[in-house]
Amino acid sequence: MSLLDIDALDSIALGAAVLGAGGGGDPYLGKLMAAQAITDHGPVHLLRVDELPADAWCVAVGGMGAPTVAVEKLAGGGELIAALRALEERLGRSFTHLTSMEVGGINSMLPVVAAATTGLPLVDCDGMGRAFPELQMCTPTMFGIAASPMAVADDKGNVVVVSAVDNAWTERLARSATIDMGAVSYIALYAQTGAQVKESMIPDTLALAKRIGDAIVGARSTRNAPAAFVAAAGGGGVLFDGKVADLRRTTVAGFARGTVWLEGSGNDAGVRVEVHFQNENLIALRDTTVLASVPDLIVIVETDSGQPITTEELRYGNRVTLLALPCDPRWRTEAGLQLVGPRYFGFDVDYTPIEQLAARR
Amino acid sequence: MGVYIGVDVGGTNTDAAALSSTDRRVVAAVKSPTTSDVASGVVAAIERLLHTSDIVPADVEAVMIGTTHFMNALVEARELLPTAVIRLCGTATRALAPMIDWPNRLRAMIGDNVFLANGGVEFDGRSIAAVDDEELERIAQCIIKAGLTVAAVTAVFSPVDSSHEQLVAERLQSLVPGLRVSISSQIGRIGLLERENATIINASLRGLADRVLSGFEESVASLGIDAPLYLSQNDGTLRDSAHTNSYPVATFASGPTNSMRGAAFLSGMLDAAVIDVGGTTSDIGFLRQGFPREAALAVRVAGVRTNFRMPDVMSIGIGGGSLVHIGPSGLTVGPDSVGYRITSEALVFGGGTLTASDIAVAAGFTEIGDPSLVAGLDQGMVAEAVAWMRGHVGSALDRMKTSPDPVPVILVGGGSAILGGEVPGASNLVLPDNYAVANAVGAAIAQVGGQVDRIASLVGIDRAQMLETARRDAIARCVAGGADEGTVRVVDVEEIPLAYLPSNAVRVIVKTIGDLIPRARL
Repeated sequence: MSLLDIDALDSIALGAAVLGAGGGGDPYLGKLMAAQAITDHGPVHLLRVDELPADAWCVAVGGMGAPTVAVEKLAGGGELIAALRALEERLGRSFTHLTSMEVGGINSMLPVVAAATTGLPLVDCDGMGRAFPELQMCTPTMFGIAASPMAVADDKGNVVVVSAVDNAWTERLARSATIDMGAVSYIALYAQTGAQVKESMIPDTLALAKRIGDAIVGARSTRNAPAAFVAAAGGGGVLFDGKVADLRRTTVAGFARGTVWLEGSGNDAGVRVEVHFQNENLIALRDTTVLASVPDLIVIVETDSGQPITTEELRYGNRVTLLALPCDPRWRTEAGLQLVGPRYFGFDVDYTPIEQLAARR
Repeated sequence: MGVYIGVDVGGTNTDAAALSSTDRRVVAAVKSPTTSDVASGVVAAIERLLHTSDIVPADVEAVMIGTTHFMNALVEARELLPTAVIRLCGTATRALAPMIDWPNRLRAMIGDNVFLANGGVEFDGRSIAAVDDEELERIAQCIIKAGLTVAAVTAVFSPVDSSHEQLVAERLQSLVPGLRVSISSQIGRIGLLERENATIINASLRGLADRVLSGFEESVASLGIDAPLYLSQNDGTLRDSAHTNSYPVATFASGPTNSMRGAAFLSGMLDAAVIDVGGTTSDIGFLRQGFPREAALAVRVAGVRTNFRMPDVMSIGIGGGSLVHIGPSGLTVGPDSVGYRITSEALVFGGGTLTASDIAVAAGFTEIGDPSLVAGLDQGMVAEAVAWMRGHVGSALDRMKTSPDPVPVILVGGGSAILGGEVPGASNLVLPDNYAVANAVGAAIAQVGGQVDRIASLVGIDRAQMLETARRDAIARCVAGGADEGTVRVVDVEEIPLAYLPSNAVRVIVKTIGDLIPRARL
């Protein structure tokens, strides 16, 4: 058990933006909320997964909806707790620990807010190890853990409790409620025991986010190019240096899809790489050669500052470094690839882990 | 002959240029030192302009001033008024209070008269909570009790629907005599905290804006000039002094914008890179259709996160007054500079400091001061210094480019001789006439602008219709800003599809510009 204080938030938020792999929303607002909650209520008790009692009763909390709306219609403040309490009422039992469902982006910070506010300890783990667009894309889905009953709360005091036949239906129904609530909602889901958390969740991802954030801050202060340090902290590698040469976006069924073309510079001069995204970066290609694909993390950072760039922030002329970080091994199983592999997102390629792709080059 | 006079108040020099109001030819230009009270420097510059030409005060049809005075006031945290901060949010947004991320010093100057009140809309325009008149009366009482004279009103999603902000501004003005209200939909774009921050800063600067602008007006009048006064804004457009008085934040980045707009005008090139070499820095930006490319991300100003419309400019520490350092690890130039002391400290002026301008004279790029004073410099060192400066400017240019192809470059600013007419990565390099006063020229040619930035849902309305409405509104805003309706045109339309929103919601940004209504028709 350790204490998570305000000092750690900057690094965690920065690392969480990297783990967002182009999506997940800017953690800036989440960081402000977490800092406010810690100022008001004191630091958060952070537990490693191996310290968690098997009979603990855990729940994931976070936000759902459009990041673009979330930057304008900020949280009212009571939503997360309202969702948590509604779920407790539905299940007839109080939660003992909180978890995160998605470490990538703003959802790294909202569990910190809830933990500071309720005083419940936070378990250092999440259900993605990155960001994904839909809530059934969580490792617990592979272990038969139901996302529902799930509570969806808004600023006005409305709470919807969803009971669904499977996690994909939970996503669909919760998404509908979220849109009616103004395209942002705050949620509690994936209630499970400590024993189940140990099996189904990805451990130590807040610590990973902090390591990555610290690496960026450290590289900046020593005036080193941060990308290589990010790659090392995340156990991955640098794929490409260049700049954004072209960008195309479309909206398909409520998702921002698009392609960014990067023109190489330095050692990569003359080379062109394309990255396809749907909120998150999905696949990076050099001609027809796959450089990396989901579920591995494809991250675009600003070359000089190491600042991760979300797919919505991409602009012509950004000087960027393309990185790939390995996903959790469970995503690389058949069940994992069915949920979040390249074919799920419409790319007709077999998944190959980035380590093997790198060895082939 | 009618003229427009453009004045750019820089850190070192106040530049002034007079342009014919009929054919916009540059008829006179001067440089004059900036003074600490700004206004007397403006008077001195315009006086010199009149003395060195045959322009008489009656010829002057408009005076356009670019100044970073308001930005400096914020950076130095002085002359900010305590401000009533009102957020219309209903149940939403209460997790993060206004000014949450501000430096303490600035926040203390604004005070803690913060009100979270009913109002605001959802992304699709549905009301979050209706404006509550009784609540406004209570807020008005607090404002009166605290003796505040300015207020900042920010409603959730006001860029989509600003009616709550307008209603509250009107009510408060009727309840609190003399209160001046800034509303966020007139100031910033989507991103509540950033827009609210800009609105609060704007409101708090209105006292200073009154004084500075009346100072300018008196200065101009004292010269016998009876013409409207405009201030140039971040985006290269103008607001008349009465409007600037209401929107001082809109002038924050007018310096680089004016020099880029002036570069476009003087060279006749609308799509090019601009390198403005001053005494201390070189500023590099890009023109798109004659206007500066804007920075996309949130910008911190004096430690406050904002989303102003700011030109995307990279500044590097190489200018005419930059010191040349020769050390054990090789030769470097800048970022330290002799600044305005160049005329006493540079070698060519008989001083003892080796500056970039001395290198330029020794290399034969220009003749200023006494060239014999640098005749003894080692030519190998001179060549190395030239290569160093060109290399650094060239690599900064490369960072700002959007494609690897060489781009046309317009070189302006008083220090531009140091590059000797060559920059790596430039397809061709243009040094236009009057390059040294491009910023003042940029102020003089400025037009009026209008912008719409909103999230539009495509339910029950087709895309063409949605775009047409946005265009119409952007044109109306331009006309409201003083443009001649017949000259208004749309210069940019941007559509950004939004993640996780139903039914193809898009963020649409439309920008318009138009010429000032000529004096004869006013």
